[in-house]
Order: sequence, then structure tokens, then C-alpha cells
Amino acid sequence: MNRQPATHESNDGIRSYPILSRIKVRLHNVLSEVGQAFTLFFQTLVQIFRPPLQFNLLIKQLLLIGVNSLTVVMVAGFFTGMVLGVQGYIQLKPYAVEGSVARFVCVSIVKELGPMITAFVLAGRIGASITAELSTMKVTEQIDALEVMGTNPVKYLVVPRFLACTLMLPILTIFSTFAGIGGGFTAVVTLFDVNGSFFLLEAQKNLYVGSVLISLIKATSFGMAIAAVGCYKGFSISTAGGAEGVGTATTGSAVISLITILILDFVLNHILFNILGLV
Amino acid sequence: MISVKNVSKSFGSKKVLDGLDLNVPRGETVVIMGRSGSGKSVLLKLIAGLIPVDAGEIWFNGTEISKLNTKKMNLLRQKIGMLFQSAALFDSMTVAENVAFMLDQHTNYTKQEMLKIVEEKLELVDLEGVQHLRPAELSGGMRKRVGLARALAFDPDVIFYDEPTTGLDPVTCTEINQLISDLHERLQVTSIVVTHDMHSAFSVGTLMVMIHEGRQLAYGTPDEIINIDDPILQQFVLFGAPDQILKMENPILKAYIGR
Repeated sequence: MNRQPATHESNDGIRSYPILSRIKVRLHNVLSEVGQAFTLFFQTLVQIFRPPLQFNLLIKQLLLIGVNSLTVVMVAGFFTGMVLGVQGYIQLKPYAVEGSVARFVCVSIVKELGPMITAFVLAGRIGASITAELSTMKVTEQIDALEVMGTNPVKYLVVPRFLACTLMLPILTIFSTFAGIGGGFTAVVTLFDVNGSFFLLEAQKNLYVGSVLISLIKATSFGMAIAAVGCYKGFSISTAGGAEGVGTATTGSAVISLITILILDFVLNHILFNILGLV
Repeated sequence: MISVKNVSKSFGSKKVLDGLDLNVPRGETVVIMGRSGSGKSVLLKLIAGLIPVDAGEIWFNGTEISKLNTKKMNLLRQKIGMLFQSAALFDSMTVAENVAFMLDQHTNYTKQEMLKIVEEKLELVDLEGVQHLRPAELSGGMRKRVGLARALAFDPDVIFYDEPTTGLDPVTCTEINQLISDLHERLQVTSIVVTHDMHSAFSVGTLMVMIHEGRQLAYGTPDEIINIDDPILQQFVLFGAPDQILKMENPILKAYIGR
């Protein structure tokens, strides 16, 4: 069987390793993209504080991102709560601690799954749509047109989307969290012999201000990440990318957003629980 | 008015412009010709400051543009109107909102004042009653006209046309060429037209420049251009030049037609 040589000698006689050089190129590209994404992120932060803030554009994005996502976020939260309620009850019952199911559902939803599920839904729904819209504008020279007309594309396109995502994700998280607790309540009260009043009392007893704060900090961070990734992927496409480039950028945006949310969640958990000691 | 001095630009390993010089006098319509990929559109984007030069200088009204900060560059850009190859109209806006975009962004005009200016500019490009339409509802020729109305909205000192007739039928091409010539006569505005359509080039150009391999191959009035004995230039000119040029009693042209 013919096998590709693992190494070959270049013209200057130095042995090179194709796999290593490919990894090096890939790593260089990834780091370069991360650098460019952070540059856009900091440009956005600078532009937020440069007047004037175009409120009409912000309100349009708030409606698009917030109001239009409310139903899907609540449905996702409700069913996540139901699954958690059923699984929690089944897992806790053999140890005769099924009474703790309310605590299990509420703490999990508030601290972890509420912001996470909301962010996942918005990454697929809004992050990808931001990338598709901006990359199409790039390919059809609309972003060049903005610049030629003396308008900063970061200020005009990125700032409203970034602010809307950052403001709306915590608000949507509150709704999805309530829907999640409602889902857990519905599942354990209707399917198992758990008293409704007992569930609500237990939930209330085990929720702290710190937990809500954790949830909102996470949601705000996820909102920033979704907007930053979505806008960066939209802007990073070349004008010659065409329809294929738009498709690739959109898929890439959704995947990178999801991975970023997971990494951010781990980092925030470590900072908030281990370093700051929030409960 | 615009002076390009020894400008070079590369994309990766591909050198698109290699020490290009170009002078655009005030009030002239300068046609930039060259084969596809010769860097014509890149040159327009360099002059508009959309991409930075690798080397060389670009002077606009006595100002070297690479030395301008973002704020000053944006102010300078307000003196430029640009018609993009694809018209680059904003999909999410109506025709009126597209044309009024610069007025909305950079002036304190009321909505009524802006609508009046929009109507005037649309009349200039022979379009009426399309204010409420979306770009998707327009034909290719109408999109170019709206793009041109948008470029004219802020009364620019100079208009850039990037392949104004590409993708249009012959009748619409002629109409757009006529429109560019009319606007030049009526507004006395400086224009730079990038094209490889020779019919368009000879219809609108008062000065012509040929770019080849990233450098200026020829520069002059249309009459001077057809009298330059250069095989690359004449081959390019003969492909698609209008009949009135091809039928001229010009020994150089006749010689190349013979070949």
C-alpha cells in the first residue's frame, strides 16, 4: 500500500513536517481571526460611547431580537424545565429525597440552564441571522457604500445589534427561567405526587439574590458573545465570497457562538463560584 | 483635483497596481479602461479610501488621503458620490430612504426637505414615482439610476462610476451612458468612470486612461488615445468601440483593424 511520506525535504535541504506545518498555518489563522474579532469588539465598545446613538436602529434591533424571540425562548425554557423535573424526580426518588426536586429544578434553571438555553436559541436564531445579513451586505458592496457615504459601518450596523443582544439576553433569560420553573412545576405536580405549594415554597427557599445575579451576568456575557461573533463573521467575509461565502460564514457563526457560550460558561462558573464565592 | 502618484497595491502575492500614476483634472470625465482584474475597481476604492495603499500617495483637493484620520476621511468622503457595479442599494430601505441616506446621516434637514431633495435627484436620473419601492422591485437599469440619484444626493464634487453599464441590456446601456454625459454637462461635476465597455468609454469620456499590468499604459483625450500606436491598447479599443470610431479615417486604427 502506498503511504504518504510523513516528512519531505525542501529545496534548502531542511526536513519539514507537512502535518506540523499545516497545524502551524491553521493555528496562525485561528489566532489571527481571534485577534480581528477582538479588534472589532473593542471598536464596537469605543463606538458605543461616541455620540450620536441612533435610537431608531437600536429599537428596531431590540424588537427583532427581543420581542420576536420571546415565544421560542419561553417554549424552550418550559420544556427544559419539564425534562429536568421528570429526570430529577426519577433520580432522587430511590434516595427518598424527591422533595428536593424543586430545589434541583430551580437552582439548575436559574444558575445554568436558563441563560444557557436562551443563549443557545439566540445563537441559532439571531447570531446566524446577523451574520447572514451583514455578510450579504458585504458581498453586495452595501458596507462599502456606507463607508463611501461617510458613515462608520461599525457604528451603524454593529453597535445597535451588539447593544440589543446585550440588553435583551438577560431580559429573555428572566422569561425563559420563569417558563423553565413553570415547566418543572407542571411536570412534577401533574405526573408525580408532589404538592404544588410545597414545590413553590421549596423553590422560594432555595433561590438567592446571588443566584439571580449569576444568571444575569452570564446572560449579559452570552449576549455580548453572540453579537460579537455574529457581527465579526458577517464582516470577515470577502466581497468575492458570494453566496457560498455567506452560507459558510453563517454556519461558522452559529458553531463558534455555541462553542464560545460553552467556554464562557465554564470561565464564568469558575470566576463567580470559585473566586467571587457567589452561591 | 485628484492625483495618484506611484501607487502600488497587492492582495497576498498578487500585485494589482505597480507604481500607477494618474491625474484627474477638475470638471473632466476620466475613463479608466483595462482588462478584468487589471485593478480598475481597486483604484476607485483606493481613491475613496476604502482600502489602504501599500505604497505611493493619493491627493484629493490638495490633501493626501492616507494622512487623514477617520473623522476627516469621512468628511472628505461626503464630497464623493459613488455608483457601485451592483448599485449597492440598501435592501432593507425604500428608494427614497436610500437616496436620502446621506442627508439623514449628515444633515438636520426635516423629512419634508429630504423628500423634496429625493424627488429632485430622482428627476435628474429620469425616475419618478418610485420613492416607495424597494430595491428588489426595481430592474437592473432602475437600480443603477437610483444608485446614481443616491450618489448625487449630497451634491458631490466628484462622482465615481464603477462599471456603470455592466449587466445591462444594450438599450439601457445607451441610456445610462447618455445620463452620465448629461449629468456632466448639467452639473459640471468631475467624474471617474471605470469600464471595459469601449462603447461606454467613448460615449462619456473626455479623458481616457488605460491600465495594463498595474501601470498606466496610455493617457489622453479619446482622439489622442486612438492615435497611440500600441498593440495592447489598440486591440483593447477595437473590441467594442462604437461605429463612429471604427469608421474613422485613422491610419493606426485601420492598420489594427487590418490585422
